[in-house]
Amino acid sequence: MLNQLDQIEQAARAALDAAQEEVALEQWRITHLGRSAPLMQVFDAMGKLSKEERPLIGRRANEVKRALEAALAERSEALAQAALRRSLDNERLDVSLPGRPALRGRLHPATQTLRRVYAVFAEMGFQIYRSREVESDEYNFELLNIPAHHPARDMWDTFHTTQPGVLLRTHTSPGQIYVMREMAPQPIRVILPGMCFRYEQVSARKETQFNQVEGLAVGHHITFGDLKGTLSDFARRMFGEKVHTRFRASHFPFTEPSAEMDVECFLCGGSGCGVCSGTGWLEILGCGMVHPTVLRNGGYDPEHFTGFAFGMGPERIAMLRYGIQDIRYFWANDLRFLEQF
Amino acid sequence: MKVPISWLKDFVTITLPVDELARRLTMAGLEVEEIQYVGLPMPQRASGDQSPHDTKISGLAWEADKIVVGAVLEVMPHPNADRLVLCRLDDGLQIHTVLTGAPNLFPFKGQGPLPAPIKVAYAREGAQIYDGHQPGQVLVTLKRAKIRGVDSYSMACSEKELGISEEHEGIIFLDADAPTGMSLVEYMGDAVLNIAITPNIARDANMLGVAREVAALTGAPLRLPPDFYNVKAEGAPIAGRAAIQIQDAPLNPRFVLGLIEDIQIQPSPYWMQRRLKLSGMRPINNIVDITNYVMLEVGEPLHAFDYDVLKQRAGGKAPTILTRTAQPGERLTTLDGVDRPLDDFTVLVCDTAGALSIAGVMGGAESEVFEAQPGQEAARSTSTRSILLEGAAWNFINIRKTVASQRLQSEAAYRFSRGVHPAMAERGVRRALALMHALAGGMVAQGLIDEYPLPPADPIVELQAHDVKRLLGIRLSTEEIVTILQALEFTCQVSGEEPQAIIQAACPDHRLDIGEGLIGKADLLEEIARIYGYDRIPETRLADTLPPQRNNPALEGEERLRDLLVEAGMQEIVSYRLTSPEREARRLAPGQPVDDMPYARLANPIASDRNVLRHSLLSSVLEAAERNARLRERIALFEIGPVFLAGEEGSLPDETPRLAVLLTGPRSLPGWQPADTTPMDFFDLKGILAAALEGLHVAEVRYEPYQHPSFHPGKCARILSGEQQIGVFGELHPQVRQQYDLPAAPVLAADVNLAALFACAHERYEASPVPAFPPVLEDLAVVVDEDLPAERVAEVIRAAGGKIITSVRLFDIYRSEQIGAGKKSLAYNLAYQAPDKTLSDKDVAGMRTRILRRLEQELGARLRG
Repeated sequence: MLNQLDQIEQAARAALDAAQEEVALEQWRITHLGRSAPLMQVFDAMGKLSKEERPLIGRRANEVKRALEAALAERSEALAQAALRRSLDNERLDVSLPGRPALRGRLHPATQTLRRVYAVFAEMGFQIYRSREVESDEYNFELLNIPAHHPARDMWDTFHTTQPGVLLRTHTSPGQIYVMREMAPQPIRVILPGMCFRYEQVSARKETQFNQVEGLAVGHHITFGDLKGTLSDFARRMFGEKVHTRFRASHFPFTEPSAEMDVECFLCGGSGCGVCSGTGWLEILGCGMVHPTVLRNGGYDPEHFTGFAFGMGPERIAMLRYGIQDIRYFWANDLRFLEQF
Repeated sequence: MKVPISWLKDFVTITLPVDELARRLTMAGLEVEEIQYVGLPMPQRASGDQSPHDTKISGLAWEADKIVVGAVLEVMPHPNADRLVLCRLDDGLQIHTVLTGAPNLFPFKGQGPLPAPIKVAYAREGAQIYDGHQPGQVLVTLKRAKIRGVDSYSMACSEKELGISEEHEGIIFLDADAPTGMSLVEYMGDAVLNIAITPNIARDANMLGVAREVAALTGAPLRLPPDFYNVKAEGAPIAGRAAIQIQDAPLNPRFVLGLIEDIQIQPSPYWMQRRLKLSGMRPINNIVDITNYVMLEVGEPLHAFDYDVLKQRAGGKAPTILTRTAQPGERLTTLDGVDRPLDDFTVLVCDTAGALSIAGVMGGAESEVFEAQPGQEAARSTSTRSILLEGAAWNFINIRKTVASQRLQSEAAYRFSRGVHPAMAERGVRRALALMHALAGGMVAQGLIDEYPLPPADPIVELQAHDVKRLLGIRLSTEEIVTILQALEFTCQVSGEEPQAIIQAACPDHRLDIGEGLIGKADLLEEIARIYGYDRIPETRLADTLPPQRNNPALEGEERLRDLLVEAGMQEIVSYRLTSPEREARRLAPGQPVDDMPYARLANPIASDRNVLRHSLLSSVLEAAERNARLRERIALFEIGPVFLAGEEGSLPDETPRLAVLLTGPRSLPGWQPADTTPMDFFDLKGILAAALEGLHVAEVRYEPYQHPSFHPGKCARILSGEQQIGVFGELHPQVRQQYDLPAAPVLAADVNLAALFACAHERYEASPVPAFPPVLEDLAVVVDEDLPAERVAEVIRAAGGKIITSVRLFDIYRSEQIGAGKKSLAYNLAYQAPDKTLSDKDVAGMRTRILRRLEQELGARLRG
């Protein structure tokens, strides 16, 4: 009987060595450790053994069973290790194959630029105020110190509607009057974004429709120095920390003194290139101290209040930032353009 | 305005390099757009020098040792060519034989040594000049060559060759006093600043004005050449020989006449011609040139009448000049030959016989200065001998209206329409008489006739150092302020002691841009800032009170919506607000109601297909889809923006913010792996819209079948929140799709009213706790009538299940004979969940029974067996 157990063990071990995969191991387990396995028959036949044989044979049979179970576990682990090794050694993807196309949405580049402008000014306490796109002559011009027939009107080529005195706003400046009349006599810090319109022949540089972001700060102690500081901070955040600004005297009827802010060309670092026409400077925005007449029209006493205002074109800023050559791309809605942003 | 540096130097000493001067002017508000070098050395940018030119530069520098004043001593025929001549030319060092084809030398050919040598611009061998025979400006270097057997190595130059003008018909004849051998750059080297004149610096649209700014900016004194405005008047007094009548003083505050007789009309000296040309004007003759020259120099446009013609028109008596507005039906033929109907506001300068000119804009053809040309047929045979010279002041707004109405621009109108101080009228006449006397001879009549009914009140503005600090943020002493204002010729009186000293600044009588009181103060502060230098004012950060901070819900809603749609894979577009009714009509199916709402129309459209403000954002996205249809199979885009509806007469149009969405093409993009490229349908768009509405927390969203003239009648829905309609969407009507150039795949689109949408969106909503106990999941299939909206079944399940049902997900719709005609089976996956315990089989079974009973009672549904 002991010999028989030895044979059972040897046969089982030999068969286990031959099993090369998980399925074969399962088969082996049924054959050698299952209910009808020879080893189990030994256990089944235990009752027929003599009192003396029973503990000997029983001990030995349990030994064989534990040994075979251990061998199975070991074999199983070895096979798993081998399979893992094969997988790691042999499975190779062509990682250069394209990924599954994900469907990505995008904001229009004008929206992206506007948001950047909003964010910078928001952190300086400037809130967003919007007003209508179709305006009265009164709000677009007269209240902004641009009387009818004044030479300054030449600065704005205007789309008029068939309704007398109703026009497409040429700038977001009418919003200045609305916000002042709403806020007076509280201090003001707002930016006024929105679409504006000019009667122009469309070209690579000029559009009939364009966004503008106007800004207005009114208070008791606001100075030209504050204007310079605020807008230079903006320029540094928008175009780079080291960028220099310069303020040139200019003219707008609704501000005095008026200025143009130039930013050192961030493409060539100020050494002169095609974009800045070799001057090293890029014209970014117009600005100035709010004209006393405009303050008064807004309901603020210019004896006690001062303020500054500015206006810039986000499309122009986007053109400079991304090297866009033609302003007509913005509203043409060609996906080949829009999908680049 | 083109400003030659040499002319500025008549009035102010300039030691700065030209480009630095240009930079200073630009910073002070006189933007120099370009510097054109005409002889003077151009700034060299050394290699490695990082500083660019602040201004665009162009032009030609004349080499001092190679281009000089030459004297033509004799003009001889060329032995082998009729169209060339040979000159004996002295360049100060030696005598050269110079070959030229200049036609203006031909009259001197073969006359032997000239009694007076002709002074010319002589370019020696190796000189760099522009090629006279090529269009534009092409540099060439003079080299030795044989032309028709004669050695040639140098040249007498035309203006084109030296970059003075485009003139290449003949060579330059310099004035006789040009010193032979002097380098030309020293004699007349120049640089021209092209300055953009903004409306507030109209006073600077002349050389004296710019020179005044240069003086103020550099600290050099402004000086007028001696006898600038003075002339020796030797003729009989003008009094009684002409008269002035002004009808409307506010339109014509001043009118001045001067008289010079026995003048000789002839070409102007070369120095004057050259300055006029550099300033962009064409020399005519000395009299016309002087009126132009004085206009450019001091800013007062002048008009020269032929005095003899005026006398003749007055029947031999002293002419009376009248200024008045045009009469009904009155016309005038202006110098440009156009016969013009006149407006009732147009001011005319007339005599007793009729209109002579449109005041301040352009002269009439009849009384002009005339130069008889030998052999030329003309209405008049003799040249003008006497000049009655007009210097006047006009209301600038009226001139502007005239210019706009007549569509007539002139250098005079340019200045008068921006405002010229009446004091300049007299100065202009005096300056011109002085120049005429010097250059045309004759006798100047003593005195002027000066009607000055309305002298302007030159404002006196009060200012303190405190005002400068308050607006500009810098501390300047009273003395510093006064120095700046005086440099601009303000007369300043100071009273009181620092720091309370009060400056009373009287505006000089050459500018009209300074206001009274508080506005005048702002005007002066701008002048102080400009001259002090904006770049010297330190940057500060806002220290003023921060205003109350507020939200902007409309904008925030739009921005949130943009983000939600972008997250759903949509591309944002922005279209033109301007369109045409015809373009927009394409969005509606034929036979459907037309859009008869009123448009806001442009009075001055640029293009006929952009003549109104849009009514429909749907139309905008359809056009964008059409544009991209050939480039992209899959299009998914949206636009947020206003539409415009014209209001009542006298009111502004309604501007309503809307959202339009458009989807078409395959559901996903084909790749190398299997992909769902079946065309998107109604439910793709519905899914996107539903996700966006969910993102905005719009409550009680419902979808109902709807009829809309843009959409397929069976594939269109409206979106409601409660009872409020917020938008419409669906599959585009096939006939609408055909009206656009779009492929055959279904086009899905939505049009949403944003005001209604945001009114239903909830900024505040409640979050539920995450369940602590596991849900029981169960599938339930029920059979209902075919035309029962599926959403009703889900509603009843939710209503019956209450809080225990946490999810109702439709996962299959099935139709078969077995189920029965006119029936469908809807299969739902339900999640039962209680917040406080694990549900037992019994709990679930009870709930299921309740749900099924309610479905049967309310919808006639039965459990699918």
